[in-house]
Amino acid sequence: MRQITYLQAITEAIDEEMARDPTVFIMGEDIRAWGAPLGEFKGLFEKYGGERVRDTPISETAMLGATAGAAAMGMRPIVHIMFSEFLGVCMSDIRCVLTKTRYMTGGKTKFPATIMSYSGAGVSAAGEHSACPYGWLMAIPGLKIVAPATPYDAKGLIKSAIREDNPVQVLYHIKLIFDRLTGEVPEEEYTIPIGVADIKREGSDVTVVAIGLMVHRALAAANKLQEKGISLEIVDLRSLAPIDKQTIINSVKKTGRLVIMDEEPKTASASAEIAAIVAEEAFDLLDASIKRVCAPDTPIPFSPTLEKAWMPDEEDLIKAVTEIT
Amino acid sequence: MAKEKLIDMYRTMVRIRVFEEKIAEDFAAGKIPGFVHISAGQEANAAGVCANLRVDDIITSTHRGHGHIIAKAGNQYSLAPMVAELYGKKTGVNKGKAGSQHLSDLKVGVLVAEGIQGTALTLAGGAALAAKLKGTDQVVVAFIGDGTLNTGRFHEAMNLASAWKLPLICYCENNIWAESTNIYQVTNLTDLTDRAVAYNIPGIAVDGNDVLAVYEVAAKAIARARKGEGPTFIEGKTCRLRGHFEGDTHLYRSQEEKDECRKRDPIPRFRKKLIEMKVLTDKQADKIHQEVQQEMDEAVKFALDSPFPDPEDVLTDVFAQGGKK
Repeated sequence: MRQITYLQAITEAIDEEMARDPTVFIMGEDIRAWGAPLGEFKGLFEKYGGERVRDTPISETAMLGATAGAAAMGMRPIVHIMFSEFLGVCMSDIRCVLTKTRYMTGGKTKFPATIMSYSGAGVSAAGEHSACPYGWLMAIPGLKIVAPATPYDAKGLIKSAIREDNPVQVLYHIKLIFDRLTGEVPEEEYTIPIGVADIKREGSDVTVVAIGLMVHRALAAANKLQEKGISLEIVDLRSLAPIDKQTIINSVKKTGRLVIMDEEPKTASASAEIAAIVAEEAFDLLDASIKRVCAPDTPIPFSPTLEKAWMPDEEDLIKAVTEIT
Repeated sequence: MAKEKLIDMYRTMVRIRVFEEKIAEDFAAGKIPGFVHISAGQEANAAGVCANLRVDDIITSTHRGHGHIIAKAGNQYSLAPMVAELYGKKTGVNKGKAGSQHLSDLKVGVLVAEGIQGTALTLAGGAALAAKLKGTDQVVVAFIGDGTLNTGRFHEAMNLASAWKLPLICYCENNIWAESTNIYQVTNLTDLTDRAVAYNIPGIAVDGNDVLAVYEVAAKAIARARKGEGPTFIEGKTCRLRGHFEGDTHLYRSQEEKDECRKRDPIPRFRKKLIEMKVLTDKQADKIHQEVQQEMDEAVKFALDSPFPDPEDVLTDVFAQGGKK
């Protein structure tokens, strides 16, 4: 099968959806000249023109408001809110307008909208450009969230997000773009349903639920632990909302042990929710305490040495696994 | 203007007044839960603007939105589901999930009513963008209050609407009180329409208690927007007969200002004008009041006789089902 990069997979997904559906359009900063700063919309302005590929001012609240209004009127906007910390600028529009209004109209409106943002550390982007705000966004009823870890998942999930009749936040990891991650992506059409996790590696001793870049670090740890005779099952969550509880619980049923690897400060993170789900719904399946491998409760530091220390890595995961096996 | 249209506008204003006076009474009696914000004194703004709009045109409203909705929906639209909504009933226009602050019905072009100031204005920009992208000649009117003028999102929305020449009218009802704070204490403006200069769009002030003046100013702005010539900012100089919310004693206002507001009451004023114009006789005007009173009595009876929502209704209307195939 052909190999393409994570970035190419993102662009392909958007391009294909724009080609098949004239109601899909893009709003974002630096879209026209650069196809956004990392180039995920590159070539689309030339192909679809300025009406459907719209350069915006630095106006996140107007962009998100425009997204909600256009979606309610039957369009399928994709809005690029560059770095995920910038979502805070327009959080009222996400938390109170885009995701609540359908409910508050008694189901009279719907909001098919896709918000795309970079997440993640690892490129020394410092405190305002490095977050994985998973837990923060998962606390918003009415919002679906996907965080693909591979080119295949990125393409399939973004296509589903654009076709979804509800708001979807796409968080794609900046380091996977910087590292030019490549992977198999078929030429033919496919989508991946939102809300379905993927077992990236089967194993028997410990379940590791990981998200985004952490999936790759978990896979690396699994290789090392295999040599020591410990078998990890790696569950790539892929969708943070809705969470695929059943895949997680089924895996824990098999292994009896759970470690969650999550690149965000530990408190009230995605890992906290996953741990709570398993503790509440599958406690009897556990043979050991649930472990969480997360970042510390601090802002994300700049210096590569500090940032490396801040980010969860293979060694942290191996340590956690060793503690419960 | 045709005689029927004048009478229709008068009936709209009476319907708003009668509706809100009864709501205020029932709220004070503890029959209506939550918070209620009454627009009494400001009816001419809603009636004068909406008399220019088609069913497929869109408005957005605020926490003080009953009047906008009654005016946009038209006099054939039953008050009963609106009253039922305020009573929190299952038969409410939004199934009891909106209440007074978020009443809406997209079927008649009332897209949203938002309680966070300015969020409906940014959203209205998106609805106007959808009209532009779809090539319809729909117009969007965002009703805001003077308090919204100092939000960042006012600036973002007006800048984008002007840059993209969106068919948007921002109609600011300047009742001079943002809750309890006088607009002229917190801006250094004498004329609020000066704000329009910054966006290179027309800014027009009108006596918001003169429904015919409002109608004429709105007609020009709407025609301009429909022709694709871009947005207009209108300031309707008006006043609030009651407090910010029901229960507010509005002691922060002088008796003199309140007396002046009472003298400017747009309903007796329009009635006098219509009698002078020989459009209505006193008796005919009284008959309109009686008919509306009867309509409201029936609407209240409908609300009282309606069931409350079922507890399981909590879980419906969060997500739309399906998606683009």
